[in-house]
Amino acid sequence: MTMLQGFQIALHALRLNPLRSFLTMLGIVIGVASIVTVFAIGAGAQLRLQEQIRSIGANVLMITPGAAYQGGVRLKDGSKLTMTESDVQAILEQIPEIQAAAGSIAGTAQVIHESKNWNTTINGTTTAHFMVRDWQLAAGRYFSNAEEAGAGKVVILGNRVARELFTAGEDPIGAQIRIMKVPLEVVGVLDRKDPAQDDVAFVPLSTAKLRFLGSASNINRDSVAYIIAKVAGDGQMAGARSEIENLLRQRHRVPAGQEDDFKVQDPAAAMEAQQGAIRTVALLLVAIASVSLLVGGISIMNVMIVSVTERTREIGIRRALGGRMRDIRLQFLCEALVLCLLGGAIGVAGGVTLSMTVARMAGWITSIDGQAIALALVFSIATGLIFGFYPAHKASKLSPIEALKTE
Amino acid sequence: MTASPPLISLRSVSRTYRTDGIAVTAVRNVSFDIAQGEIAAVMGPSGSGKSTLMNMIGLLDLPSEGAIYLQGADVAGLSEDRRSSLRARSIGFVFQSYNLLARHDAIENVALPLVYCGISRKERLARAEQSLRAVGMLHRAHHFPRQLSGGEQQRVAIARALIASPLIVLADEPTGALDSRTGAEILALFAALNQTGQTIVMITHDPGIATQCRRTIRLHDGELVADETQAMVLPKRSVAP
Repeated sequence: MTMLQGFQIALHALRLNPLRSFLTMLGIVIGVASIVTVFAIGAGAQLRLQEQIRSIGANVLMITPGAAYQGGVRLKDGSKLTMTESDVQAILEQIPEIQAAAGSIAGTAQVIHESKNWNTTINGTTTAHFMVRDWQLAAGRYFSNAEEAGAGKVVILGNRVARELFTAGEDPIGAQIRIMKVPLEVVGVLDRKDPAQDDVAFVPLSTAKLRFLGSASNINRDSVAYIIAKVAGDGQMAGARSEIENLLRQRHRVPAGQEDDFKVQDPAAAMEAQQGAIRTVALLLVAIASVSLLVGGISIMNVMIVSVTERTREIGIRRALGGRMRDIRLQFLCEALVLCLLGGAIGVAGGVTLSMTVARMAGWITSIDGQAIALALVFSIATGLIFGFYPAHKASKLSPIEALKTE
Repeated sequence: MTASPPLISLRSVSRTYRTDGIAVTAVRNVSFDIAQGEIAAVMGPSGSGKSTLMNMIGLLDLPSEGAIYLQGADVAGLSEDRRSSLRARSIGFVFQSYNLLARHDAIENVALPLVYCGISRKERLARAEQSLRAVGMLHRAHHFPRQLSGGEQQRVAIARALIASPLIVLADEPTGALDSRTGAEILALFAALNQTGQTIVMITHDPGIATQCRRTIRLHDGELVADETQAMVLPKRSVAP
């Protein structure tokens, strides 16, 4: 008897009792569906984090005011920001590992183009900002030196903002938009990054201070809300970080033993740690889901043992007609395998549907991974083999003479 | 003795079962030959060892002592799986209770032994049709056993026994569950098959049936008590010398 014949016999036997077959494979269905779903959600969460890490840029350090870190209340109170443009200059000039550094201030405002308008983040910064974040232009150019020095009325739009303000086919470059009644010329549109990162409009730092945000938030002429700096190499992050800390403590005259009035962060590292946590949770959930696969396997074994008992006479007949022990074993093993494979296939379909539903309803990103599906199917085949073996072995060991005597 | 060995030879065959430490000898020191083309009845009251003997001839069981030769080859040395393969090709079983698989229709039941001969489904079904035609059951090919009468089921079972062109058909009380008229029809079918040269060994406790077979082997308490070849009851066979 060949494998194919084994599967034919198995399918025939299972078709005779569809409800029982379905109930038998239900455990596998649920197990595989949960594994696929958990994998999809876990992979989606990791994907989102990786996107965020990528959108920050590689080897980026972020320097924020200490006060802002404690809740941001002082910022609103009009207390002065602790970092200044000259800090940016000092970091760039005195720390050799730093390739580029840019200070930013940010706020939200309505941007208007003809009949369309959009509420977005206005970020005042310098061209170095884009260098730090490896952010390329989709069209146009960066700010010129003159525009940066002289509060030029120019704007570089994030991809999302460009899409909100301009219809498809319309060229934003050279168009006039207005922010807080100030007309600005669009000189550049940025490449797409993460959806959350694309919703921004950049103006020169001087423009932001003089024309929008300066008066509104009481910023002194020289201060910035945060600084981002690019470190030359992977291995130099820690060194660069402590040098920045030393430099800023010195410049801000923070006495020894007193808390810094700034904070240097490595956002990518923080997110990587988060990613590790997500991975751990996902693995834990997969382990839990595997338990239901185990239960499914046990249920298959149980039904198969009952089935072997029920069909003792059939086994006797098959043996008398020339079925070898291994033919009988193959027949029952094939039944278990078909149950598991079918259950696995239904489970994969269910898992894919479930994770897509979760993605739509909860708004999570899910990522259906071919590898996870393959893994789930391999698991279900293994379950079939492991839990089908004993009943099949038992069937093959029946004495044909005894088996023919049973009613 | 001719040059070719008998189809089946039993030489001092005994079979002892051991249950709960008590040895029961079901067959004791039995020897006989079955030649190609013979039709023989194995007779005896219940418990005389008929079924045990049939299981051994059918390679389902092995003797505790003595030897069984199938076409001159000792079967004792064969593994369980080798005996199964040999059974698929050489032995056709007919049982008292038909033993058709209830969930398969007639033609699939008939084709079943060929699954274990490694024959493709297409050829299996083609040969099953032939076999069903030979027993006059082709019109019932797609009926399930429960839709068939006892006599019809037994005909399907005979078609199944014949499909692999076995060396020997072993029938265990083939008319035991049938009324006398249907039983007679089944016996006539066996007789007709024998006339085509099919070797048949039939186990029965019914003397009426035994008289229709040319040769009768009588068992009592596991021992062979008589091996008689009577004058022809059935129409003459034309067997080449």
